[in-house]
Amino acid sequence: MLGALTLLLLFQLAGEVVVQFFALPIPGPVIGMALLFAALVARDGVPDNLRSAANNLLQHLSLLFVPAGVGVMVHFARLGDEWPAIVAALLVSTFATLGVTGLLLCAFVKRGKGQP
Amino acid sequence: MTPRLAEIWVYLAASPLLGLTLTLVAYQGAYWLYTRSGMNPAANPVAIAVAIIVALLMLTGTPYATYFDGAQFVHFLLGPATVALAVPLYAQLPRLKRMFGPALLALAIGSLTAIVSAIAVGWALAASRPTLMSLAPKSVTTPIAMGIAEKIGGLPSLTAVLVVTTGILGAIVAQWLFRLLRVKDEAVQGFAIGVAAHGIGTARAFQISETMGAFAALAMGLNGLATALLLPILIKAWGGP
Repeated sequence: MLGALTLLLLFQLAGEVVVQFFALPIPGPVIGMALLFAALVARDGVPDNLRSAANNLLQHLSLLFVPAGVGVMVHFARLGDEWPAIVAALLVSTFATLGVTGLLLCAFVKRGKGQP
Repeated sequence: MTPRLAEIWVYLAASPLLGLTLTLVAYQGAYWLYTRSGMNPAANPVAIAVAIIVALLMLTGTPYATYFDGAQFVHFLLGPATVALAVPLYAQLPRLKRMFGPALLALAIGSLTAIVSAIAVGWALAASRPTLMSLAPKSVTTPIAMGIAEKIGGLPSLTAVLVVTTGILGAIVAQWLFRLLRVKDEAVQGFAIGVAAHGIGTARAFQISETMGAFAALAMGLNGLATALLLPILIKAWGGP
């Protein structure tokens, strides 16, 4: 567990270094994920301890969003003023994005399978 | 409160221990309710945990900054967790290779849909400029969205809230919407959830199946990249921050 956690932090750190060095508009952890993915492909397998550490961490991924969510209390005034626009935008956009992405990819995959 | 209890409270309220413990206890309570409900998407554990914590903080008059002193340790784990998403992703490598082209195309259109529809609806209903700029990156995971919001003139902390709300909303409605639209492939469902509802949607997808979770993780990462690249350009074209 400790070794795997260190590995995850090292890849995150590598991601941060890449982002700073090339002044990328992308956060370090996302580059870290891409680097780890590339390393796993190159290595042709996932070490057991990394697999269990990743599973443990991802099992409660939603917990990690709680502190940011509690930030809602700082914005009650703005939300009180603008809630109709915000609620409508979130609802429409979430439905539209789920629907458009799902239907498009479904159609693409089906068409791909139809070809010889 | 007796003077002694008040002293203990003053001491604890100033230490990070309380915010951290509160986060874990509230989440586990919320998760217990979620499993008791048969993992009903409407009983989203993030939403319940946030409601419990906000209520307690407001009742005790504790500022968010004090709470976050402790909760930041949980918040920090978003980084390593994002890196860890490479593991389930790797497990889907064969399937990923087959779907890569179509997935990239669906991603580009899905990402644009998320941005443009949020800005358009907010703008039509007269939302202020900082609110619009905070809404724009709401479909990508918190740390990315906050970084983008800062660049385009939004409020990073408001963006974090809108991101979490979007994630909860997506996790709640996704299965229902896919049934309505007859989108049955688990990989496709996962991908759409990842584009629209980032990490919270991905957490929900992992609870349904490993495949769905892995594709949600992939889409979440790719949409983070796509939005970080697209959004600043779109905003510039629309009329600078």
